[in-house]
Amino acid sequence: MSLDFAGHEFARASLDHCVKCTICETQCPVAAVTPAYPGPKYIGPQAERFRHGLSVDHSLDYCSSCGICTLSCPQGVKIAELNSQARAVMKADHMPLRDQLISRTTVMGMFMTPVAPLANMALGISPLRVIVEKTVGVHRHAPMPHACSQSFMSWWKKRPEKPEGPRGVVVFFHGCAGGYFEVETSKKTIEVLEHLGFKVLVPKQGCCGLAEQSNGLFDRASASVLKLCDDLRAAGKDLTIISSSGSCTGMLKHEAHEIMGVSDERLRDVGTRVRDVMEFLWELHEAGELPEDFPRIDLTVPYHAPCQLKSQGMGMPALDVLGLIPGLTVVESGRACCGIAGTYGLKREKYAVAQAVGKPLFDMVRATNPHLALCDTETCRWQISQSSGVPTVHPISLVHVAYGLSELRQLIPAGA
Amino acid sequence: MRELSTDVVVVGGGATGVGAARDAAMRGYSVVLVERADLGQGTTGRFHGLLHSGGRYVVSDPGSATECAAENAIVGRINADAVERTGGYFVTGPDDDPGFADKFLAGAATAGVPAKEIDVAEALRCEPRLNPGIRRAIEVQDGTVDGWQLVWGVARSAIGHGAKVLTYHRVTDIVVRNGAVEAVVCHDAKTGEDVRIACSFVINAGGPWSAQIARLAGCEDVEVIPGRGIMVAMSHRLVNRVINRCIYPADGDILVPVHTVSIIGTTDVRAEDPDHLEIPRKEVQQMLDAGEVLVPGFRTSRALHAWAGARPLVKDSRVSASDTRHMSRGMSVLDHAERDNLKGLLTITGGKLTTYRLMAEHIIDRMCEQLGDTRPCTTADEPVPGSESGHNYLVTHRLKDREAERAPGSGDVPTDPIICECELMTRSMFLDLFEQQPDAGFDDLRRQLRLGMGPCQGGFCALRATGLACDAGHADATAATNALRRFLTNRWIGLWPILYGDQVRQTALDYWILQGTLDVEHLPETEEVAS
Repeated sequence: MSLDFAGHEFARASLDHCVKCTICETQCPVAAVTPAYPGPKYIGPQAERFRHGLSVDHSLDYCSSCGICTLSCPQGVKIAELNSQARAVMKADHMPLRDQLISRTTVMGMFMTPVAPLANMALGISPLRVIVEKTVGVHRHAPMPHACSQSFMSWWKKRPEKPEGPRGVVVFFHGCAGGYFEVETSKKTIEVLEHLGFKVLVPKQGCCGLAEQSNGLFDRASASVLKLCDDLRAAGKDLTIISSSGSCTGMLKHEAHEIMGVSDERLRDVGTRVRDVMEFLWELHEAGELPEDFPRIDLTVPYHAPCQLKSQGMGMPALDVLGLIPGLTVVESGRACCGIAGTYGLKREKYAVAQAVGKPLFDMVRATNPHLALCDTETCRWQISQSSGVPTVHPISLVHVAYGLSELRQLIPAGA
Repeated sequence: MRELSTDVVVVGGGATGVGAARDAAMRGYSVVLVERADLGQGTTGRFHGLLHSGGRYVVSDPGSATECAAENAIVGRINADAVERTGGYFVTGPDDDPGFADKFLAGAATAGVPAKEIDVAEALRCEPRLNPGIRRAIEVQDGTVDGWQLVWGVARSAIGHGAKVLTYHRVTDIVVRNGAVEAVVCHDAKTGEDVRIACSFVINAGGPWSAQIARLAGCEDVEVIPGRGIMVAMSHRLVNRVINRCIYPADGDILVPVHTVSIIGTTDVRAEDPDHLEIPRKEVQQMLDAGEVLVPGFRTSRALHAWAGARPLVKDSRVSASDTRHMSRGMSVLDHAERDNLKGLLTITGGKLTTYRLMAEHIIDRMCEQLGDTRPCTTADEPVPGSESGHNYLVTHRLKDREAERAPGSGDVPTDPIICECELMTRSMFLDLFEQQPDAGFDDLRRQLRLGMGPCQGGFCALRATGLACDAGHADATAATNALRRFLTNRWIGLWPILYGDQVRQTALDYWILQGTLDVEHLPETEEVAS
């Protein structure tokens, strides 16, 4: 099979900028913990010169697609993009069933929600997880989403419609996890937006295709992302689209275009309108439109900026916004990656690598506050919660508290 | 003076010379090949790597086209490991005459060169970087060939058939007695010793130097004109097939994917001295402009290295002496018995790398005829060592090999560290060849291993190679320093003409490492024997 998607020529041309400085190799969290991965420079700009259709370097599958290499390259080489594209070619003919399953996030959520207690119980039963590991290849200790009994959409539909607010209308994009597993985060985001005076529209919406993309299923992922663009555009022209699903916004903003070469007016339109919720709040602050009469919250809490958020090139708006709350000390983790990288850390053969990658972060989180941590993306939160034992929530949860929409003790149990 | 004796001395270690040595050895003659430097250091190593399908000559030189088509198939088989069967296109650029393609197709049919017109859309699908403005596309069986791999394979075959190959042996005299060649005298540059090789026949395969060699035997008026051409290698494969302009042969009309790079060539300018070939910047610009016609964005792509080679063109009374572009690409055998009344000397020149084997066959046929022997040529039937499997080279080879070294079971840890990262050359590849050729300089090893031939141009790997040479006992610190410095100097010759864009950044980083940090230029000077 040949690399016949448009994005490849762009990424491939960027390898010309590599001067072999090796900075990406020093920043790669995976290469730092396992010799099985030859490193981003090797797999990216170096190996690419030797590739022509044939897939011969299977070690590239150890790349977690965290994107830190591209982010750290001072010369502008699209290292992670090259790796993702080469992996798509590698897997074109023999995609493991596991990778097909775990990339179907909507399907997973739809099946698990109606049987949430059962699903959660099943995921908690070790012998069952051993069987799943043996048959499907998902590691027995890998973090799994916690199914909610009510999906976000069924909560939303039962809610009485709010009148149009003084600030106008925005569109909410919940993402698969925000639709089925992280329903609380979605609810809180909407409540904050409404508190600020926005009317929120939630069109019926599908998956962005990120998990398919990171597993190399480009055809499906491209179809998914364009379908989602249609869904979101149906809500209205030129409206700002807000999401609390940090990785899905990254897919819309740049990954679908840069990795898969999706070049479509609908994607361009949605990509320029979509905002991470913390990014949106910070834009309001900068415009002098954010009410900032926050009460004091005396708390020190660790915050980890996910790789997929960093690669959006918007800084760390969660840190900026939470910095407006008096008494609150948010400690940026300063650690590279939690290891999960979407679905990477779920996989049997990658689990140990992912745990080793995340260990410095888990240690930092525990040492900073054993009861609460903050992180913007879902799978990273599951990974940090499971591996450090520290409950990890979206930063919007503290904004929600600061606006008096909930209480801190709902996040941190009394006495903790 | 060392004394040797043999039936045939072949002068020149390029493709033609090793081909002739192999052919003669396979016909049962004892053979000594002498080369003033390393194998493939002249024209053979300074071309663009094209294994012609014959397409280039179907209109301008149909005889050469037919020869190329036949030899393409043979060389792809007997030198399988040096050849990549990439295939090629002849494309009509946006401003080219679309009518030439009709002449091309007619010429190809007459010359027996396989060629088929394909949809422009299909060509663009297979080669996405190709100019979308092309008007016609013809598919041909062009391939690419590594001249050094080819020469070494042929030399090993010759050695296997009893030939002796003496590199760094410069011919200083061809001894003639009673109107016949009696011996060849050489100077061994590595030991400083002279060698006299008694022989009954000399094959002059000196390429653009063959006039100088013939002169040593007293034959004064051999007119071989060095036709200088420059090539520029781009940092990765912009195309995966050979792309030719479908026009009457001109400058910069071929883009060839060889190994990990793509090479654009070439120019054709008469040179006075094949040892001093310039690479004028205006010709580099001319290549970039021509490349832009084939691949939009070519000018801003990264160039790695430039070089110049000299074609050995035989003076043709039909064209003016300065118009080297339109001299024949066909081969010429100069029979010095006829021309100069000198027995036992033949000069073979002209031709192309693609037809090296056929040139050797012709010259050795002629030698047999003069010696009164009838011994048939068998070079087309037997693959050279390393090509027995018949598998052609693939660009993925080294990546696959490195992957195998880290396959599960080997603990996933690479046991053989990579020395040259750009070209994926390992420590053991370097040390094993050094063991076989302990007198080799880094450039000699480079030609066989591609050390320092990738984007960093030796900035990182040259230091590692130097350290290994010391560790393995091939050089003491001073000798290793000299080797390093010479290697870097030679890389620089090909770097300065293309210093623009991305390669400037690389060169700056390399300079900071080598000069800024290590002060390589000011390490102590030492005397050396070899050059």
